[in-house]
This record gives sequence, structure tokens and C-alpha cells, in this order.
Amino acid sequence: MLTIKNLHASINGKEILTGINLSIKPGEIHAIMGPNGSGKSTLSAVLAGRELFEVTQGEITFNGKNLFDLSPEERSREGMFLSFQYPIEIPGVSMVNFMKTALNEHRKHKGLAPVTASDFLKLMRERKELVEIDSALTNRAVNEGFSGGEKKKNEIFQMAMLEPKLAILDETDSGLDIDALRVVANGVNKLKKPDNSTIVITHYQRLLDYIVPDFVHILYNGRIVKTGGKELALDLEEKGYDWIKNDVIE
Amino acid sequence: MANEQDKILDEVTKSDYKYGFFTDIETETIPKGLDEDVVRLISQKKNEPEWMLEIRLKAFRHWQQMEMPQWAHLDIPEIDYQDMIYYAAPKQKPKLDSLNEVDPELLDTFNRLGIPLDEQKMLSGVAVDAVMDSISVKTTFRENLAEQGIIFCSMSEAIREHPDLIKKYLTSVVPATDNFFAALNTAVFSDGSFCYIPKGVKSPMELSTYFRINAANTGQFERTLIVAEEDSYVSYLEGCTAPQRDENQLHAAVVEIVAMKNAEVKYSTVQNWYPGDKNGKGGIYNFVTKRGICKGDNSKISWSQVETGSAITWKYPSCILKGDNSYSEFYSVAVTNNHQQADTGTKMIHLGKNTRSRIVSKGISAGVSNNSYRGLVKVSKKAENARNFSQCDSLLLGDKCGAHTFPYIEVDNPTAIVEHEATTSKIGEDQIFYCNQRGISTEDAVALIINGYAKEVLNKLPMEFAVEAQKLLQISLEGSVG
Repeated sequence: MLTIKNLHASINGKEILTGINLSIKPGEIHAIMGPNGSGKSTLSAVLAGRELFEVTQGEITFNGKNLFDLSPEERSREGMFLSFQYPIEIPGVSMVNFMKTALNEHRKHKGLAPVTASDFLKLMRERKELVEIDSALTNRAVNEGFSGGEKKKNEIFQMAMLEPKLAILDETDSGLDIDALRVVANGVNKLKKPDNSTIVITHYQRLLDYIVPDFVHILYNGRIVKTGGKELALDLEEKGYDWIKNDVIE
Repeated sequence: MANEQDKILDEVTKSDYKYGFFTDIETETIPKGLDEDVVRLISQKKNEPEWMLEIRLKAFRHWQQMEMPQWAHLDIPEIDYQDMIYYAAPKQKPKLDSLNEVDPELLDTFNRLGIPLDEQKMLSGVAVDAVMDSISVKTTFRENLAEQGIIFCSMSEAIREHPDLIKKYLTSVVPATDNFFAALNTAVFSDGSFCYIPKGVKSPMELSTYFRINAANTGQFERTLIVAEEDSYVSYLEGCTAPQRDENQLHAAVVEIVAMKNAEVKYSTVQNWYPGDKNGKGGIYNFVTKRGICKGDNSKISWSQVETGSAITWKYPSCILKGDNSYSEFYSVAVTNNHQQADTGTKMIHLGKNTRSRIVSKGISAGVSNNSYRGLVKVSKKAENARNFSQCDSLLLGDKCGAHTFPYIEVDNPTAIVEHEATTSKIGEDQIFYCNQRGISTEDAVALIINGYAKEVLNKLPMEFAVEAQKLLQISLEGSVG
């Protein structure tokens, strides 16, 4: 699904990612954890194709294609979905219009005809129920005036609409109370299929109680310093990031 | 990051003008220049009665004493009014009884503009008056409209065939001496449309005029007059395009609307004159006076405009709210890109009691353009309980363009409530990236955001027009996102 080899990336000449190696197979859930400033969000931004960051070294293949040959929108149409840490407000653009445009781009990419209005509304209703999003939210402009929790739910709803092969959840748990966290996690779990993969980027272990990872990677100073099973997250929770920092220094 | 944004905007707002072609048709023109003889010649070419010539000459003499207005936030190069042709007409048979008599070249021109003049092929709900350069080429569905007593014809015909109505209403809303361009227009106007909706009649179709400038070095001066009698209703549309040329061309039109008691007139414009090239060469100077009067009680006039064209726009569709309880609204989207300049807005003059007005202006600036809103809300002494709400929003694409708001409020009655809101925003690189990440290309993302921003105004347009306007916004800004 996704192979990252020796990835280096920098912003304004400052190197943030310093050699990441990661391989994700279909169906796997990988958690990436790490302290603030370790490069977690940079990694998700580079994967999604944000031009702010310059890739200075390394390669990434996604579904057998060189990721760097694909524009951000092509990556999306190829099945990559980023749930934003801070979802963006787009005043005046209705969720319906936004989602329909996005869905039709994905359909066009697959050689399918645009979705009919009635099919689209039906699909929206169905997916809203699946991720337990308040139906009023989709009648509003994209993220405009949404609370933090509503924005995150809205990300998962969009994910449900686009059915990605690879979902990257960038700190989806940040700013969520426990109920909202459960709703979001349930949504992600319901969308899980045997052949789609998930990268869960998080600072805290608690999300992983709900979305259980196959692998946990610890990112520190722009590289993965430790990889393990789901227990690693628990260890980390118990011992704190200092444990890793000391480990690395030794 | 700013660079990145500019790069994206740049790519999205660079696109070419689709209507820039020129029709090679034999055209009858008069020599360049303007004096009394030219005014007489125009009047003579149109077989006008003496009284019309008198109106023209009076306006011309007044115009000679006037100077071009300088107060707008515009940089207007000097215009040589003697270096321009004031009358150009595609040669054809003088009287048009059926479509077969319209020159195929002309039909083809309008077909290419998306305005088929063959009634069978037309949208059944729209009657069109097609004006090329100085004359009306064809007015469709006239017979159907005449059955209901509606008069829809070219201004030249109206002057000959309905002199009483023209004498009564022409220059009644925009006097010949109103301003420099209105005076010039009154002196030399060559054609335009006349609509008359009799008492109690709701026009069964949209009436529309399509203006096309074709000939070179020619100014276009058209005159439109709409009269809606008591309890009548009409929706009127106006569209316009011109060939792509390196020199500037002047378009100075006058539109007058009269709404009697309980009458309603909706006037929608999609203005797409050639805006000049990316370096600011060429383009139309669009200096237009549009004004309506809500003469009777409970009457209503609504202006909706989508302004994407012209090198320079100077235009303030206004309304005099004379009748008690009358209402007027102005909904506008004005786009400027590259080197375009626009100074546009409205005037709402409240005279009657309980009069209300609403102004929604959305400016979009890209490239190195300048976009100004200028609006006056005036509440006179006798206008008890007048209300106005104004909203002026500006959207900037990139950091080299300008948006300006000049609201003027004059209130002489303490019972008035006047509200003004204004916002300025930018399309953010993060908004575009968010759309990209969902599979939407940058160009489509900008279109989505612009249409969302302009939605309130686009919703005011008749359906076919709204779709057209949406596409136009997209094309006008293609290549400019950032």
C-alpha cells in the first residue's frame, strides 16, 4: 500500500524529517506517536502533498506509484485521505456542494459517471448515520462555525463518503471530549475493511483504546526510533516520552 | 507561503476571452468625429421625427459645456471624443419581417455568442432584442408579446411607432443633463430596447437585450427604457460582449426604468465586455448610467448585476424610491482581474414613506486590478420610516490587487434606520489545499469558493443566466488564484 524509504523533508531550510522508513500493507493499522515537534504532522503533510515542505531525499510509493509524481488532488483520487488536525473553514461553500464535487472527481478518476442528485443524497444520509454526524451539519458551509468536535466528526464523515484506501488521521483525538472521541473512533472502525489501511497519528494513547493498531511507531527528532505492537503505546503512556528520549541518547 | 499562494492564484486566473472574435460583415459607418452635423446625421439615418432631433441637439449642446467626471477611483486615460465613430450598422435590408431576412452572417455571429435568434431554437421563456453596433438586428417573440399588449422593440422603432410613450418617459428618469456620459448618450444614442408592460400584465417571458460591439473604432451608445404600468411585472436581462482589440472602445449606455403603483421590474445584467489583455492593452470603457424610479406606491425595482468584463467600469445602477412603501434592491458581483478597474455601486434615494432598500455588493479582485464599491444611501426629510441595509464584501486573490469601499450615507429624517456592513477576505492557500486533499483541483476549488462567496447574488439571477454567470466567474478568474 505505502512504502516510505529514507524520507527527509525540510521547511525553510530546516530539516524536520531525517530519514523515515515505513511500510504499510493493505488492512494494517499503524499508529505513529511522538512528542511535540517530533515531525508527526510534517509526515502527514508530506504524504498529502503540501508544498510548504520540501522533500530533500528519499522515496515513497503509494499503490505502486511514485507518490511524488502525483498532485495532492491525484493522491486523493488514488485513495489517500487526510483527516486534518485543524480542518479548514470554507465560508459560503455548502457541505453538499463540496462533497458532491469531491465525490464526482473521485468517480471520474475511476471512469464512473457523476452521481445523480438522488443517489448522492441517499449516500449522504447513509454515511451520516454510519458516523453518527448530526444531519444539520451537512446543511451548513464547510466547517463554518463548527465546534472543534463537529469539525473532527465532519472529517470522518468525509472519509466515509470517499472510502479511501489509506486514511491518515492526524491528531484526530486532539480537542475531543470522551463522547466525541468514541463517536469518531467508532466511525473509523466501521469504515475499516480488510484491504484498507489506516495511519493514526496521535500524541496520546487513549485513542488507541478504541482504534486498535497492529503496529506502533515512535517518532522522535524526525525519525522512527522504536516500533512495536499495541503494547508499546501502553509502555509509552506509563513511562512518558522521556523514556524514549533517554533511550535515544544512550 | 505568500509566494506559493500567488503562484496558485496566478495559474487559476489566466484565461482567454471567449467572445473576442470579429465578424467580417459589410458595415456602414459615418466618418470619425462628433459635432452637430453628426448628431443630425444619426437622427436622419434613423428616420427620426423632429422632436427627437431637438432632444439630441439640446443634450449635445449641454454636453459640450461639460467635463468628464474625475471623482471615481479610476485611472482613465484621456479619451479623444473626435477620434471615434458614432454610428456603425451592419448592412442589411432595412425592414425585417421574418428571420429569413436577417443576414446569415449576423445569425451566425449571435449563434456563436450562444444567442440563437431562430425562435424555434430559442429558450421558449426568453424574448431577445439583438443589437449589433448601432442598430437592433432582430427582436424575437414580438407577436406573442403583443397579444398581451406588451411592447418589446428596438428604441428606433419605438421612437417612430410609439412617440407618445417615448416623449413621456425618455429622459424622465435620467435627464439629458444628468451627467457627462448621459448627455453624450442622449445626443448620439443609436439604438437599444424599449419595453412597455401595460396595466395588470405579468410578462409571460423574460425580455432580454444582447449588445454586441463588432466594428472597430466605434463607440456604442444604447438607450433602454422600461415602463411598467400599475400592477404589472417584468423580468429583463441584458448581456454584452465585444471583439478582442488592442485599442479601447467606449460604451456609454443609459437605462431608465419606471415602475408605477404595485409594479415590479427585475433587471439583471451579465456584463462581459472585452476586458483587455493581460497587460492591460485594449478593452471596453463601460461608462453607464442606469436608474429606475419606483414612481407608484408599493412598487419594486431590483437590480442584479454580474460584472466581469470591461477595462474600466463606471456604473451605479440606482433607484429613486418615490412611492410610499416602495422597495428596491441592488445585488452585485464585480470581478476585476489583470489590469481591470471598476468603480461601481448604487444609489438609493428614499423620498416616500416606509421605503426600503437593500444593497448586497460582492467585489472580487485579482491580478493587479482595482475594485471599488461606491454607494449612496440618501433619506430625504419626508421619507418617514425609511430602511436600508447595505452589505459590501471584498474578496482578494493575491496581494497585488486592491479593494476599496466608499459608502456615502445622507439621512435627513430621524426615523430612518440605515445599516452598513463590510468585510474583506482572502482565498487562503489552506482552503485550496483542503479542497485538493479531497480530490478537487485548484481551479475547481477556486470556482467553488468564488461561487460560494457570490451565491447570494447569483441566486437573484434567472436560472439560465445564473448558470452562465457562474461559468463566467470561473473563466474570468482562470489563472489568477493565490
